[in-house]
Amino acid sequence: MMDNKYLVEVQNLQQYFPVAGGKLFEKKVVKAVDNVSFGIKRGETLGLVGESGCGKTTTGRTLLRLYEPTSGKIFFDGQDITKANMLPYRQKMQIVFQDPYASLDPRMTVGDIIGEAIDIHHLAASKKDRQDQIISVLSTVGLNSEHANRYPHEFSGGQRQRVGIARALAVNPQFIVCDEPVSALDVSIQAQVVNMFEKLQEEMGLTYLFIAHDLSIVKHISNRIGVMYLGKMVELADSYELTFHSVHPYTKSLISAIPIADPETSRKSKRIVLEGDVPSPVNPPSGCRFRTRCPYADELCAAQEPEWKEVSTGHYAACHHLDKVN
Amino acid sequence: MSEYLVNIENERLSFFTPAGEVKALNDVSLHLREGEVLGIVGESGSGKSVTAYSLMGLTAFPGRLIGGSLQFNGHQIEKMTEKEMRKIRGNEISIIFQDPMTSLNPVYTIGNQITEVVMLHTSKNKQQATERARELLTLVGINEPQKRLNQYPHELSGGMRQRVMIAIALACEPKLLIADEPTTALDVTIQAQILELMMELKEKLGMAIIMITHDLGVVANMCDRIAVMYAGKVVEYGNTDDIFYNPSHEYTKGLIRSIPKLTEKEHNKLIPIEGSPVDMLNPPAGCPFAPRCRACMKICLREMPEYTDITDIHYSACWLLQKEEFERQLSQKGDA
Repeated sequence: MMDNKYLVEVQNLQQYFPVAGGKLFEKKVVKAVDNVSFGIKRGETLGLVGESGCGKTTTGRTLLRLYEPTSGKIFFDGQDITKANMLPYRQKMQIVFQDPYASLDPRMTVGDIIGEAIDIHHLAASKKDRQDQIISVLSTVGLNSEHANRYPHEFSGGQRQRVGIARALAVNPQFIVCDEPVSALDVSIQAQVVNMFEKLQEEMGLTYLFIAHDLSIVKHISNRIGVMYLGKMVELADSYELTFHSVHPYTKSLISAIPIADPETSRKSKRIVLEGDVPSPVNPPSGCRFRTRCPYADELCAAQEPEWKEVSTGHYAACHHLDKVN
Repeated sequence: MSEYLVNIENERLSFFTPAGEVKALNDVSLHLREGEVLGIVGESGSGKSVTAYSLMGLTAFPGRLIGGSLQFNGHQIEKMTEKEMRKIRGNEISIIFQDPMTSLNPVYTIGNQITEVVMLHTSKNKQQATERARELLTLVGINEPQKRLNQYPHELSGGMRQRVMIAIALACEPKLLIADEPTTALDVTIQAQILELMMELKEKLGMAIIMITHDLGVVANMCDRIAVMYAGKVVEYGNTDDIFYNPSHEYTKGLIRSIPKLTEKEHNKLIPIEGSPVDMLNPPAGCPFAPRCRACMKICLREMPEYTDITDIHYSACWLLQKEEFERQLSQKGDA
């Protein structure tokens, strides 16, 4: 058993996917998530950032057992759910997907999309109760009752994302994985949705895993942030600590690469521009996976994988040369 | 010759769709001097790409230019035939598209696609063109250019492909480079590489750039001037500092308020722009931003405001400014 500090916890989570290619009968795998451990406290938002292909979305989905983990353990509220029947947990753990255009069935009305979740978990006592619940959850996300009879194509992107959120909320979950919930939306609409996530958290005590590649939004909404690179967590810290006092060379370059929407600051700031591209996760570099792009890399980094250690209270990083970097 | 490299005046362009006329551009005026970087920002559907494409004569069916004048480097674009246009396109003016995955031809080698442009616009033969292609690949920072010439787009990463796109666009040293969301499909660290490269090449070759983006961070970094577009109108135009530190249109203000700032040390709530983007099939009468505007007045719903000059360069279309201007004139009269 584990202590109940965390609502959700993963230990040494691994998710490998088989890939085609290579020689005949040769089996290759993509190590999408490799030995990732973290916990999310009740009522907290943990942000997960990284570039495409770093495994952040896979982590979120594996955590909900939408993919079966290759190895490792997942706990929810102290219960090991790695092998459990998920149906009762699906009511407590929900997900909001990235693309509001693809994640809603175009042939179902919004009322049915939300109602389906209520039906599966037998949450409505009567037809009238079901209808009331649908309307109440729609109003929670800023839509109204007449929207229940419409189809997804009749909505704008921001409204569709609200429907996606309403669907997740319909079963009164405790925990929601938000997988890039605003990246498909226009800037002026993003703020609306971000504010709504914050409001819902305050009112309903929700816990979020907020996955995005946009660090400024993740920093805004999260209490703590984990940074991933090629299937590994490289740094984890309080969100302000991470933005202003990051210790890992990858996090540092990631932060400096973000164009700041302030001409004066951006003229003054010096960018650390990383050379090269992210290597393929099928053939990740030996030792530290960041070493091929890291300005501090040496033989040690190639030979040995860096240890995940606590550099200050609650601030973790995996790098051989923390003293040289900082 | 005018003092501007690009001078668009009162451009009107509509898409005649089965559902009705969509006025994608409604009286757009923009100008740009040689060697300047202009950023066009706005949300999807605001007309930023359509403006830039029309300058290259690339308006897609069922779109049609219905009015205005487009001047570029002494050419009157709207009067040119397709044949004349082809001589300029890729030569004096070229473009980088958003998605490098789909804008390169998958069945031709990189070398093929670069030499095509060179041979079309110059008198170089195949061998000289290949030499030029190798030069260009080196220029955009691709290692082992000789090997890359014989590779196909699928063998390269996203960042590399975008570098190849830039090489193609720069093949004839254009006067104007249009970059349509050149880094939106790329990761942040790769985006930083590409933006750096573009600025470096601009210094080296002295071309002007029109940068189309929705990322205010990118324009703050790169641009000399910014045009903010909303529903087919330029609602505000000015120097980068004017737009960020002295925004005068309510939409610009809202846009700047609504983005989270990485450098902020405390948690401030975001202030979103309420409402939904404009339905371009049924645009509101008057100012298109009025239904979402915090300071909306009666007149805003009826009539579109004229531009008010704030400085020589900075101007904006908002009734609030007209009101201030009017009140100032009144008080001056009173003083006299």
